[in-house]
Amino acid sequence: MSVTKDEVRHIAHLARLRVSEDRLDTLASELNGILDWIEQLDEVDVEGVEAMTTAVESSLPMREDKVTAAGDRDAVLKNAPKSEEGFFVVPKAVE
Amino acid sequence: MSEPRYLIPGATGDWEVVLGLEVHAQVLSTAKLFSGASTDFGAQPNSQVALLDAGLPGTLPVINRKCVEQAIRTGLGLKAQINEWSRFDRKNYFYPDLPLGYQISQFAHPIVGEGEIDVEVEEGEWIKVGIERLHLEQDAGKSIHDLDPASTYVDLNRAGVALMEIVSKPHMRSPAAAAAFVRTLREILRSLGTCGGDMEKGQMRADVNVSVCKPGQYEKFRETDDFSHLGTRCELKNLNSMRFIQQAIEYEARRQIEIIEDGGKVDQETRLFDTVKGETRSMRSKEEAHDYRYFPDPDLLPLVLDPAWIKEIQESLPELPNEKRERFEKDYGLSAYDAAVLTSDTDRGRYYEAVVETGADPKLAANWVNNELYGRLNKEDVDIADSPVSAAQIGGVIKLITDGTISSKAAKDVFEILWEKGGDPAEIVEREGLKQVSDTGELEAIVDKIIAENPEQAEQVKEKPKAMGWFVGQVMKASGGKANPQAVNEILRKKLGL
Repeated sequence: MSVTKDEVRHIAHLARLRVSEDRLDTLASELNGILDWIEQLDEVDVEGVEAMTTAVESSLPMREDKVTAAGDRDAVLKNAPKSEEGFFVVPKAVE
Repeated sequence: MSEPRYLIPGATGDWEVVLGLEVHAQVLSTAKLFSGASTDFGAQPNSQVALLDAGLPGTLPVINRKCVEQAIRTGLGLKAQINEWSRFDRKNYFYPDLPLGYQISQFAHPIVGEGEIDVEVEEGEWIKVGIERLHLEQDAGKSIHDLDPASTYVDLNRAGVALMEIVSKPHMRSPAAAAAFVRTLREILRSLGTCGGDMEKGQMRADVNVSVCKPGQYEKFRETDDFSHLGTRCELKNLNSMRFIQQAIEYEARRQIEIIEDGGKVDQETRLFDTVKGETRSMRSKEEAHDYRYFPDPDLLPLVLDPAWIKEIQESLPELPNEKRERFEKDYGLSAYDAAVLTSDTDRGRYYEAVVETGADPKLAANWVNNELYGRLNKEDVDIADSPVSAAQIGGVIKLITDGTISSKAAKDVFEILWEKGGDPAEIVEREGLKQVSDTGELEAIVDKIIAENPEQAEQVKEKPKAMGWFVGQVMKASGGKANPQAVNEILRKKLGL
């Protein structure tokens, strides 16, 4: 597996990370190093071994269907850079 | 398999359309899927937001047992496979109304697998629509774009409410079939009590996958399950009414046919339906579409269901619309049409059964509910829940018809009075003098008089027995419309020697 410079640019954009052009080559090579290292796992024979999904031997705990969060609007909006009349206000985002 | 009736003529001959739906149904629950915030609709903006729903650090999701139960219940109602082992994944995308930066959804391992429902497209015309899967996921918040030219306003009340995404197989072949599927699904969910089904409130929204192909291709696809027999599909997002679903499909099918016939290729993409212009347009730029980078949510363990719990839910399932329809046909001797109409809506079926329970004749009861009552409800735009005439009152009217006390015509007058003023049917009949005359002596006297006054007609009727209707009319008129028509017919036949 090999990550190209274009793919790094694309992934950075999807994650909304600003990566300057001169860093792309370095990042691509570092990511490829990580992927090569992980790929060593392919050498292990896992025939007949069930995939492990969690290290915890228990199932999902569940909650009753009750309203337990008071709905503290001020707390929710407190860290918003901008809010107005109870709404979060963000730069225009129309598809 | 019967030929599809929906053919679209093109320059190179006829085309067919193939449709698959993804319906997002809001789960009926008090609290959200992974937080303890309320799901109430219409509250002040951001007043029903737990810190988790706002994506604040240090919070973790804990699943709501009720939402899981509702998904299982729905799966059982769709006669679908319930997966005892399922898992939640993160679907990553960036949008202001999704503060976590990902939607918690189920990708590789949904809670419900394949099922099937029967859908009546037109009267008496049934199709089977396969269900591909049902999975649980979070709803997003709401973005409001028209409050300010430079800003988007975000309300997170809806963020985190549980959704069931129900995916059909591409088994629908006309806009009407797609709408019928949504209608049927809505009735199933409503009878199960798992979703409110109100499309105007966004409780149900549909995405439609549309592709076109030449006749014969669809059959090849069904035989082989190989999608390459079908055309490239486009997904029409977020259609929130039956009318828009049909309009959007019609437009999109024609658009695709034009592209292909002009020698072009349909791009697989997501499109939006502009309800004002009646057109679909491309929604996302191609390179970003469907790059969701799903991976298992490390905050949530796999969802493992106890078979005993599934069994318990199965045993508590109510009667579903199709089962009810079959029972109505069998137990009440109704026509397929009457049974389908009566079971098309949970409340209508319940009202009908209440009428029958008063001892009213089931067939007459079906006519009265479907024609008289619904005719009036629809005309005055009144919901059956607010009907001014109760099931007991209609039952009373029907009993007065069957025991011969009133004619069908007088019964309509009684209904009119019940609608306007209410009251007891028997008392109204008494008070208004609407009783029909079945007394033979009284009727014979009228018949004798009319025959005596019209000797010519009495002679003619012996040649042309059909002309007796004229006499019936005269007797009815003479009795002020109160004569029992059946009794009049008998007496006339006797007296006229027919």
